[in-house]
Amino acid sequence: MNMIRLKNIYKSFNSLKVLKGISLEVTQGEVVAIIGPSGSGKSTLLRCLNRLETIDQGTIEIEDEILATEGADGRCQYVREDKAREICYKMGMVFQQFNLFPHMTVIDNIVEAPMVVKGIKKEVIIPEAEELLKKVGLFEKKDSYPSRLSGGQKQRVAIARALAMKPDIMLFDEPTSALDPELTGEVLKAMRQLAQEHMTMLVVTHEMAFAREVAQRVIFMDYGEIVEEGTPEQLFNNPIQVRTQAFLKSML
Amino acid sequence: MEKILAMMGPMMDGANVTLQMFFITLVLSVPLGLILSLARMSKFRPLSFLVETYIWLMRGTPLMLQLLFVYYALPLIPYIGIKLPDFSAAILAFVMNYAAYFAEIFRGGIQSIERGQYEASKVLGMTYVQTMRRIILPQMIKRVLPPISNETITLVKDTSLIYVLAMNDLLRTARTIVQREFDMTPFVIAGVCYLAMTLVLTWMFKKLEQRYAAYDE
Repeated sequence: MNMIRLKNIYKSFNSLKVLKGISLEVTQGEVVAIIGPSGSGKSTLLRCLNRLETIDQGTIEIEDEILATEGADGRCQYVREDKAREICYKMGMVFQQFNLFPHMTVIDNIVEAPMVVKGIKKEVIIPEAEELLKKVGLFEKKDSYPSRLSGGQKQRVAIARALAMKPDIMLFDEPTSALDPELTGEVLKAMRQLAQEHMTMLVVTHEMAFAREVAQRVIFMDYGEIVEEGTPEQLFNNPIQVRTQAFLKSML
Repeated sequence: MEKILAMMGPMMDGANVTLQMFFITLVLSVPLGLILSLARMSKFRPLSFLVETYIWLMRGTPLMLQLLFVYYALPLIPYIGIKLPDFSAAILAFVMNYAAYFAEIFRGGIQSIERGQYEASKVLGMTYVQTMRRIILPQMIKRVLPPISNETITLVKDTSLIYVLAMNDLLRTARTIVQREFDMTPFVIAGVCYLAMTLVLTWMFKKLEQRYAAYDE
């Protein structure tokens, strides 16, 4: 089953063209890593999937439901707000800056959206949230405020918070880039575990080792285009494009 | 001593007027200020422009002028003009004025919340109203407590302006007695009353800030 289908996505910030005709399909259970230099448009691509950015042209389909497509006038048309919101919360997202709610404890961060958005009762969602916290190894922190946690712990809470909405797809926007190097391991471990459970994942990352080990497909982006894609072996061992070769060399 | 006791009756009546002005203005202008701040940040340009102009008018003219206008000039406007009793006129002028100041304080607080908070809420499927009510406004309150505390204490003392409508608040009552008896004691009593009121407020805001200190940002 196709989880994500992008056709010919264009996106500009004023005169700056950030995405220039991106097409991409992601199937169920697939883990896709997106790599590329900063400014290549990889984060923007991810943010276009759940309407954090709106596209100018092209079609976005999530689980065979149209989120945005070209209208009769050739301009991009989004579906109605409530419909769009319903489509988008099937995708959980983890941010570089965590974006936890600082005024809520860890457990309240996790149960907030299921209660408010889905109307799930507190006594039903609390045990689920506690399970998720055990899974990311933070059960004992459930009553702490986010400011008391390390970066790695915050990011694991953010993962649990996203999972509490029972998403079909998880989007990771440079989840380890704001972390001290010794803390990236615990976050990558949680992500690796998700991949093993066949979660569909789209990961924008600078962690080449993670992309190589966990992803089934690696996409290299530069200047708003997909330059090259393939299995990790193909892309990391035998890159075809000159730009890919140069980028990989610079990452060593 | 007997003389002071005789003063206390009218003084307490005056304090009662002052307190009523204070509480009614506060209770009405805080929610109105919140609504105005949201309207001021609206993406619908005519609305935000309208509110911006309103705030400019309210902050750009003396509160005393606004008081006089509502009481004396409003009844003269054709069709919509109404003659309000002095207390209602004073409340209307104070609420309109204070709501403008509160609106700007709230706007500053809301705009200081990081964009990531909106993004996280949106990605989790929350609507604008849910995001504001559950995520943004609770965090805003913590940040605006110091300026709101300032403004509230100023309001206690600003209520003394209603003397221009010949309303007998704490200060006007004191002045009347001073002028009649040639005794300065009522001024001292009035000062002590204002200090007591602001002391209670200071203490309450301190408690509130302590409650919000449960989390850091």
